[in-house]
Amino acid sequence: MASTLAEKIIAHACQREQVRSGEIVTASIDLLMMHDSGGPRRVASRLEKLGAKVWDPTRVVLVSDHFVPAVDVESAEILALTRRWALASGVRHYDAVGICHVVLQEHGHVRPGMFCVGGDSHSPSGGAFGAFMMGVGSTDITAALVTGEIWLRVPDTVRVNWSGALGAGVSAKDIMLFLCATLGMGNENQAVEFDGQAVRRMSMSERMTLCNMSAELGAVTGVVSADETALHALELAGRPFAGDVARWQSDPDAACLAEHHFDANTLEPQIAAPHSPANSLPASTYGRVKIDQAYIGACTGAKLSDLHMAAEVLKGRKVARGTRLLIAPASTQMTAQAATDGTLQILTEAGAILLPTGCGACAGMGAGIVAAGEVCLATTARNFKGRMGSSESRVYLGSPYSVAAGAVKGEICDPRELLQEAV
Amino acid sequence: MNVRGRAFVFGDKVDTDVLAPGLYMRGPIEVLASHCLEAIDPEFAREVRPGDVIIAGDSFGIGSSREQAVQALSTLGVGALLAKSFARIFYRNALNLGMPALVCPQLQAGRGDDIEVRPADGIVINHTLGREFVCQKIPEELLDIVAVGGLMPWLERKLARERAT
Repeated sequence: MASTLAEKIIAHACQREQVRSGEIVTASIDLLMMHDSGGPRRVASRLEKLGAKVWDPTRVVLVSDHFVPAVDVESAEILALTRRWALASGVRHYDAVGICHVVLQEHGHVRPGMFCVGGDSHSPSGGAFGAFMMGVGSTDITAALVTGEIWLRVPDTVRVNWSGALGAGVSAKDIMLFLCATLGMGNENQAVEFDGQAVRRMSMSERMTLCNMSAELGAVTGVVSADETALHALELAGRPFAGDVARWQSDPDAACLAEHHFDANTLEPQIAAPHSPANSLPASTYGRVKIDQAYIGACTGAKLSDLHMAAEVLKGRKVARGTRLLIAPASTQMTAQAATDGTLQILTEAGAILLPTGCGACAGMGAGIVAAGEVCLATTARNFKGRMGSSESRVYLGSPYSVAAGAVKGEICDPRELLQEAV
Repeated sequence: MNVRGRAFVFGDKVDTDVLAPGLYMRGPIEVLASHCLEAIDPEFAREVRPGDVIIAGDSFGIGSSREQAVQALSTLGVGALLAKSFARIFYRNALNLGMPALVCPQLQAGRGDDIEVRPADGIVINHTLGREFVCQKIPEELLDIVAVGGLMPWLERKLARERAT
């Protein structure tokens, strides 16, 4: 019988021929990721109490990114505990080199057909590589570290097909904001399978943005079946995939809950108004919304390709008076690449403040949080009330094009206006 | 496992950032709990008493995987969560931490109503209205976890059994 990609991966992880959507199964974990916020600080004492060890340290990756770099003693203590635990347990630890979802891909950890769990809600990012990767909390992570297994309800698959090609100044982020508004945020127990010409044309970085924000749809995960683009990225990461990619494709006749078709050619840049990603509308429909802070950061919005989008807008332009532009690149490797290829020069000449690599202000933990009454336009994934600082602040979401354009104009605008203008 | 207390009623899509604000995530849970839901109900943390019940709309707990969103509520003594639907990770976290979470689409209640919750039977009684509501039951496979108080006690027992054999 035909199966979707998610069902194939879960069935393999349960050593079963096939699984049906809706049933509760226990699956073996190929890769477990956790970070400094939900990781050792919350699991170490529990493991000790259980008298249990990590089932297989070679399948665990720990990334310090939430409290990086430490801004107070509490953060420093959390990071120190994380380091000590990593050494004692023997798991691979990436310490302050980037945001977990990005670091995993840079080092080729997530691979087609893998069943992965991550101690972070944006773990579906890994789905860009044709893997199944779902986010869970720290108690689940603790139990998974001991047993190497986790229970899950087999999700229904929803197919989202984007034909055509995205126009200039339009990106994967706009697709996801549009989908949050169109499909809503209550798509629990669903795996979103992205496909279509526009998706196949995308870089891995853009596909990761799609899968990452499946979390905002409320879905279990997002997935893009692996193709030449994915295999090439794994080669670049120094860990080429020798497995059978054809095995990890969705059967076209597999049953799915719904199938949506959209035309990428007609998609406009989208902006989500406070306090939900589902409050998205075309950027062109916003009146005059003045911006105090423009923030380019997070796993969703500060990868190298995101920095390139911002640079395209900012080249030869300056940040508006009365607006500040903060940029926190998603990894040190990407920062180095942006330094080498001239991107950082464009960003800093425009007047951007460069912030450390890490999750930063996205989750209200690092530098760049906002005051009561302030308006922030950000490339992050969420704009829930109080997420980036004061509960009286207002956060809008947009693509790196839109946030860079907002920084130049000092207010929300359609970035295509600037891209079409000669500097 | 049965719970009886007053209802605190919220709307749709109460997110993890209002349940467990990032600003207080690095500090002790008691401090975080004192800011639980303050962005949408400044009185909540002060007014809630042990055994009280949260009643919410759809996708309760949407957002982050931080289980402090559940822990803040249990620290304040909240006894059960009733919603039209729960965000997936939040639902797992609630059951894992031994907090009864029931999907109860038909439930009618106002703030302060006297509510009794029987998680194992999937029954909620609103004593103020004198009405009984049937909820979706917690799946058989997971009821074990809730019954022993969460995933950690469940795991302790499992490990003890394995060590005994």
